Amino acid sequence: MTTSPEATAVEGVDGDVLAGIYTTAVKIKLYDEKYRATMRAGKIGGMYYSPRGQEIIPSAISAVLAPEDYVLTIYRGVHDQIAKGVPLRTLTAEFFGRASGSCKGKGGPMHITDPSSGLIVTTGVVGSGMPIGVGVALSAHLRKSGQVTVVNFGDGASNIGAFHEALNLASVWNLPVVFVCQNNRYAEYTTLADGTSVERIADRGAAYSMRSIHVDGNDPEAMYGAARTAIDAARAGDGPTLVEAMTYRFFGHVMGDGMEYMPEEELRAAMEADPVVRMREKLLAAGHRSEAELTRVEDGLRAEIEDAFEYAMSQPMAEPEELTTDVYAEGAIR
Amino acid sequence: MTVQSDVRDAQAPAAREMMLIQAINEALDVALGLDDTVFQLGEDIQDPKGGGFGLHKGLSTKYGLERVRPTPISEQAIMGAAVGAAITGMRPVAEIMLMNFLSVCGDQLINHAAKLRYMSGGQTNVPLTVRTTTGAGGGFGAQHSDMLEASLVHTPGLKVVVPSTPADAKGLLLSSIFDDDPVVFVEMHHLYFAAKGPVPEGDHRVPLGQARIARPGSDVTLISWGKQVHDCLAVAENLAADGIDAEVLDVRSLVPLDLDAILGSVGRTGRAVIVHEAVRRNGFGAELAATISEDLFGQLHAPVRRVAAANTPVPYASSLEAAYLPSRPGIEKTVRDLFG
Repeated sequence: MTTSPEATAVEGVDGDVLAGIYTTAVKIKLYDEKYRATMRAGKIGGMYYSPRGQEIIPSAISAVLAPEDYVLTIYRGVHDQIAKGVPLRTLTAEFFGRASGSCKGKGGPMHITDPSSGLIVTTGVVGSGMPIGVGVALSAHLRKSGQVTVVNFGDGASNIGAFHEALNLASVWNLPVVFVCQNNRYAEYTTLADGTSVERIADRGAAYSMRSIHVDGNDPEAMYGAARTAIDAARAGDGPTLVEAMTYRFFGHVMGDGMEYMPEEELRAAMEADPVVRMREKLLAAGHRSEAELTRVEDGLRAEIEDAFEYAMSQPMAEPEELTTDVYAEGAIR
Repeated sequence: MTVQSDVRDAQAPAAREMMLIQAINEALDVALGLDDTVFQLGEDIQDPKGGGFGLHKGLSTKYGLERVRPTPISEQAIMGAAVGAAITGMRPVAEIMLMNFLSVCGDQLINHAAKLRYMSGGQTNVPLTVRTTTGAGGGFGAQHSDMLEASLVHTPGLKVVVPSTPADAKGLLLSSIFDDDPVVFVEMHHLYFAAKGPVPEGDHRVPLGQARIARPGSDVTLISWGKQVHDCLAVAENLAADGIDAEVLDVRSLVPLDLDAILGSVGRTGRAVIVHEAVRRNGFGAELAATISEDLFGQLHAPVRRVAAANTPVPYASSLEAAYLPSRPGIEKTVRDLFG
């Protein structure tokens, strides 16, 4: 088993596959822009963790995953949720705490669950999803369902104990799970170098005899290749993979943070190399799609997003009677 | 089979005398046999050792290592794996070797197992059973002996069960495994090898949330769970010799709690003493005392009293450990004071 190979761009990825990845990525980008604009306009408050800059990673993964496969994510997870196919209307309603939200307004943005699309857990606790992802993969293995589980987390999560326990157990049990570290170089307000003892988190896979891939997560072809390798291996019974997908977060830990700890030049360079904009240019240059075709796709997505926000805004808040349901199978218990 | 035994079978399910540890083993065997989605995971549970106490003996041989699944010493991974499996169609029974180690995987238990049903708006549920053992009095010191049930009860979403007899251990464990919510099932290891009792054969279930009158009485209600139920029964015999007729109520499950049985009993006797092994401060006894006082204030002949462990870590020296634990003489004196 090779440790931490550099995944390179896969030559000749099908143009329709690339166009599909772009469609997902631009949907995430437009959704995020709408969300931040709505916040700036003072129409919604609360916590929001922008995934801007990280769109390509889940978009490429979803091009490989089957609808019945499982995805887990964390509080910065709206890109993963959209890519897995959580319906925009109910997702947005949940973000706004509405009764018709994915989780009846009880979970909120940090706790999205939507089993029908396979988005099985979103956790607000850094690193907690990895042990649960091992269990989801174990369940698929025991049920012989053939489902693959993808667990997303950030670079900061690779420093908590649960990361190490989860990778060890997944390796010991040879489970169909892919650990995707979306390395955006910041753990809340702390840089990668200040909090992480290795340059490459993918190197940590070696400690668990695990297939590991280090990849430019902003390169759609490379990311698609990494996803294909990891997910195909899981599906074939060849066990878990650790994928470290390099990316960059365009905004601070949470909306409204001053971002003083993110060097201006670094940030400017990352934004100038916007992976979604770059991908659009490449699709056009390669002749996979025309300007008119892409504009039509983008206009359609804008309309879908507008509809989702209008729907969510018009929905009633969760009723107080709902407070005590769903605590137990029986509701609440004194 | 003789005609006589047929008659006996028709009246009551056949029962065998066994220790509590055997009753747990039998419950696990029945559950694994009944339902393919049930599986076990935990440290060292495989044969030939069959767990630290040998509690799982025979199960991995009978059901295989896929379903009786040994794990590394990784409590976070064990609990997380159990949670993930539970929300996707399985009924895992996870053993956390000792109750103190629940703290090691507290995030998975408290932030995830307890809350995923609620946070998902009821779309997922967590039919997980966490078995764990504990108990002071064995010289294991402060990190292997704690009763932590109060902190579990304080987390909405968890159910908490503490059996006191072999029959209840089997019946409550089977109910826990087939319950759709996460249950923490607390086994007090001093009871593992204590007196045998009759345990019904087969799929014997005791519903969660039904207290048991272990001894009927009319003058005072002793409320307890786990090992201390037996202390209360012994004290009740001493009191009876002096004309004090104590009722002993075995709560069995703290969540769900059979408040009707508790208030009904104390309503009849007018006096309540709560006895538990956990430390007194913020113990579950405080919750019960407050509830009884709120609901039955006008009917009480005396203040509700608590007998519990000292507010210290569990000490090592046997002299200190004995002083730490609630004692039979201590319980008896507390009850007699109510009649002074």
